[in-house]
Amino acid sequence: MPTPDSMSVTLLDENDVERIVERMAKEIVERAGGVESLVLLGIHRRGVEISARIRTLIEREAGRDVAAGAIDITFYRDDLARIGPRPVVGESELPMDGIDDRTVVIVDDVFFTGRTARAAINELMDWGRPARILFCVLVDRDGRELPIRPDVVGRRLSVLPSQKVDVRVPEIDGQLAVCVSHAAGSAS
Amino acid sequence: MTPTLSSLGKDLVGLEDLSAAQIRTILDTAEPFKEISERRIKKVPVLRGKTIVNLFLEPSTRTRISFEFAEKRLSADTVNLTAEGSSVVKGETLVDTARNLEAMRIDMVVIRHGASGAARFLADRIPSNVVNAGDGAHEHPTQGLLDILTIRDHLGGVAGRRVCIVGDILHSRVARSNIFGLLKLGAEVAVCGPLTLLPLGIDALGVRVFRRVEDAIEWADVLNVLRLQLERMTAGFVPSLREYNRFYGISSRRLARAGKELLILHPGPMNRGVEIDSDVADSPYSVILGQVTNGVAVRMAVLYLLAGGAPEAAEAAKRRGVG
Amino acid sequence: MNTRPRLLRGGRIVDPAGGLDTVLDLLIADGKVAAVGAGLEAPEAAEVTDCGGRVVVPGLIDLHVHLREPGGEHKETIATGARAAAAGGYTSVCAMPNTDPVIDSPAMVGFVAAAGRAAGLARVYPVGALSVGQEGERLTEIGELVGAGAVAVTDDGHPVMDSGLMRMALEYAQAFGVPVADHAEDLGLSRRGAMNEGLVSARLGLSGKPNAAEDVHIARDLLVAELTGGHIHLQHVSTRQGVELIRQAKARGVRVTAEATPHHLLLTDDAVDGYRTEAKMNPPLRTEPDRRAVEAGFLDGTLDTLATDHAPHHYDEKEQAFDDAPFGVVGLETALGLMLTHFVASGKMTMVTLVERMSTQPARAFGLPGGTLREGAAADVTVIDPSVRWRVDASEFHSRGLNTPFGGMRLTGRAELTLVDGKAVHGRGGQEGA
Repeated sequence: MPTPDSMSVTLLDENDVERIVERMAKEIVERAGGVESLVLLGIHRRGVEISARIRTLIEREAGRDVAAGAIDITFYRDDLARIGPRPVVGESELPMDGIDDRTVVIVDDVFFTGRTARAAINELMDWGRPARILFCVLVDRDGRELPIRPDVVGRRLSVLPSQKVDVRVPEIDGQLAVCVSHAAGSAS
Repeated sequence: MTPTLSSLGKDLVGLEDLSAAQIRTILDTAEPFKEISERRIKKVPVLRGKTIVNLFLEPSTRTRISFEFAEKRLSADTVNLTAEGSSVVKGETLVDTARNLEAMRIDMVVIRHGASGAARFLADRIPSNVVNAGDGAHEHPTQGLLDILTIRDHLGGVAGRRVCIVGDILHSRVARSNIFGLLKLGAEVAVCGPLTLLPLGIDALGVRVFRRVEDAIEWADVLNVLRLQLERMTAGFVPSLREYNRFYGISSRRLARAGKELLILHPGPMNRGVEIDSDVADSPYSVILGQVTNGVAVRMAVLYLLAGGAPEAAEAAKRRGVG
Repeated sequence: MNTRPRLLRGGRIVDPAGGLDTVLDLLIADGKVAAVGAGLEAPEAAEVTDCGGRVVVPGLIDLHVHLREPGGEHKETIATGARAAAAGGYTSVCAMPNTDPVIDSPAMVGFVAAAGRAAGLARVYPVGALSVGQEGERLTEIGELVGAGAVAVTDDGHPVMDSGLMRMALEYAQAFGVPVADHAEDLGLSRRGAMNEGLVSARLGLSGKPNAAEDVHIARDLLVAELTGGHIHLQHVSTRQGVELIRQAKARGVRVTAEATPHHLLLTDDAVDGYRTEAKMNPPLRTEPDRRAVEAGFLDGTLDTLATDHAPHHYDEKEQAFDDAPFGVVGLETALGLMLTHFVASGKMTMVTLVERMSTQPARAFGLPGGTLREGAAADVTVIDPSVRWRVDASEFHSRGLNTPFGGMRLTGRAELTLVDGKAVHGRGGQEGA
């Protein structure tokens, strides 16, 4: 990541993010109508980490295990021809007993164009037939290209198309924060 | 931002042409594809809308099926052209076949051909991606890759491992792809077989030569046992299959004498009782079926990487043209 | 013949047979060399050509070309081959008999000779088949073939595997004063090799012909020649051991002459890499030690003639997978430029020795007229511009065959004017041409 820190502004610090995640965990349980049939699926890579946080919170609250997994949408992207193949960062892992007839909550860090959500939903359809899919993101930013909206949103941010929103997680970036920077030429 | 992959360029003709980084990219990309084959729906839409022709001008069921599975699991549209019963190909020169394929506007060609260099020949003349599925005695890169992937799976790595290829090296494209690929990844490579079936001066490629299979077993961590084509006997390269089995066959008795565990690979189809005995083929050391599984994953990885590949290379071939 | 006299004025005349390497004038009249000397007067109506800065040599002679006619006219005809020869500075070529049908009868020899005369370009000397149909079983009527104009016999392209037959040929041909030429290749050892057997063939997965396939056959031919006292002419020698065997045989007094080709002198089997069919020929390009030995043999005269083994093919035939493409490269229009650039200009060989290898000695080996500029000799003359720079471009060849491994190469020096019987059969660069 070539962007120097000086060009990047921290919008949400660790405390902010933790508070937001707590609220998201509650909202997920509410909207899913309980934890029984719930499956949390994080999108590689940072979505997986946020999903893990949410899972811990829900499990603590509910006093029982919650099914979880991870999903890599690389093979479902629609821009292979345009950007070339991407390294596959992780395998998709689903709970042992599958996703059929369950409420699947897909968790990602940033909701931007909607293409990742489209890919993730397509991939889930190939895996099975969930009763319901909810999409949950830490940050929802401007720039939608598909008519898709997240169901559970941590924070909505109005940013310029040229701005880049980075969610940082300790497991990968060494800190928990949401930052905005001017991404010269790299709109992703 | 995701790190970029080592581009494979337009084609996969042979492992001799690839760098170690490119080979690793393919192997690493194969890992998630293994998992797709374990899913209930073994299909991802990554090559949706791509047309692939499997041009098999030499009979081969296994490789063709493996490529077909790989293509279908990536959602590509595939057409098979085989030497038997195809008027597109029958009696036609390779140049004309290339022109026909070009006119059909296909995206990729997987070619198996009896002549060494045929894949390169085609790749230089059409803008589509070309994947070599075996050209004469030259290379069979996806077989080499799946062999290497299988070794990596079982031994945790390739560098420093000792791999001996046993059998008919002279006529084997599998041997060449293994030698080029393994050496690039830092393995030690040896060959073993009757001298009639070893290319003269093969040691100049950087491989060790064993004349006795016992010595090879003693040295190696992995044996890649090649199929002995029955026509080699009629052509006089070996006096008889019985004698070949006696002196070069991989038997559990020979392996037991080495007093260590060796990994046994075989590209198939096996001649049980000739180059490999049944008790070895069916033993826990044999990873032959794992190779088959890896074959599909490696081919998916290659097709995936080439599909996203380098458009400028395709453009260059188009300019060179066939017309 | 009723051509105007011609005076070649002020060229460097190089004629090893006459012991000449001096700037002089050369007068041609009635198709013959009339005089060589300083300050010659131009007779009335003579055409005067200023040869300042040029090298005037006896017409080049190629003992080994494939003109493909009859049967392979899509590759080359006698006329197009003779045109290519003239353009390359050759005044005489020896046409190999492996056509369809084979040149194994007096009528066929007569056909080739007549077609050559009709073309009226470089002289075309037929070489007759050694065995009927080149099948390696029984001798052709060698006496009749020589009577019809054959200057040698050979089964070129089909090595004589039966040593007994080779013995008979070497004995029988002596009565008619012609050499027996042989393509040395033991077919059992070379199997179905497509290139040299070595590291490159191992890498490319191509079947190989080992040096030994050639060496065994050369040794056999030399021993049989020694036994019979016959004259063996070894074609296109490509191996280090082969050169050494010939060197030793010559020292023992065996009657042997031998060819080096430009491609074996300049290329190795690395040129095949990438499955380049234009580098596929037989014998194949060998390794660097072989190339160096062929060069040494060519320099010391062990290989006393330069021959092109000009083997044109239709472009479709070379546009195939390596195994499926035919053997052979063209050479008539590149040989002189290659030799001038890589042997003379580079200082490896003198112009005198080059002329000896390309004209004097070929004439002697096959007992052909020409090879000299002595007064009274037929006026077969090549005028060389030794300093002109050019680039090999197959599309400019007169030959129908475009299959050269030297395409794109930049060369210095080529034939500017080629005279046969005093008549211009080729000219370029301001000189009049055919």
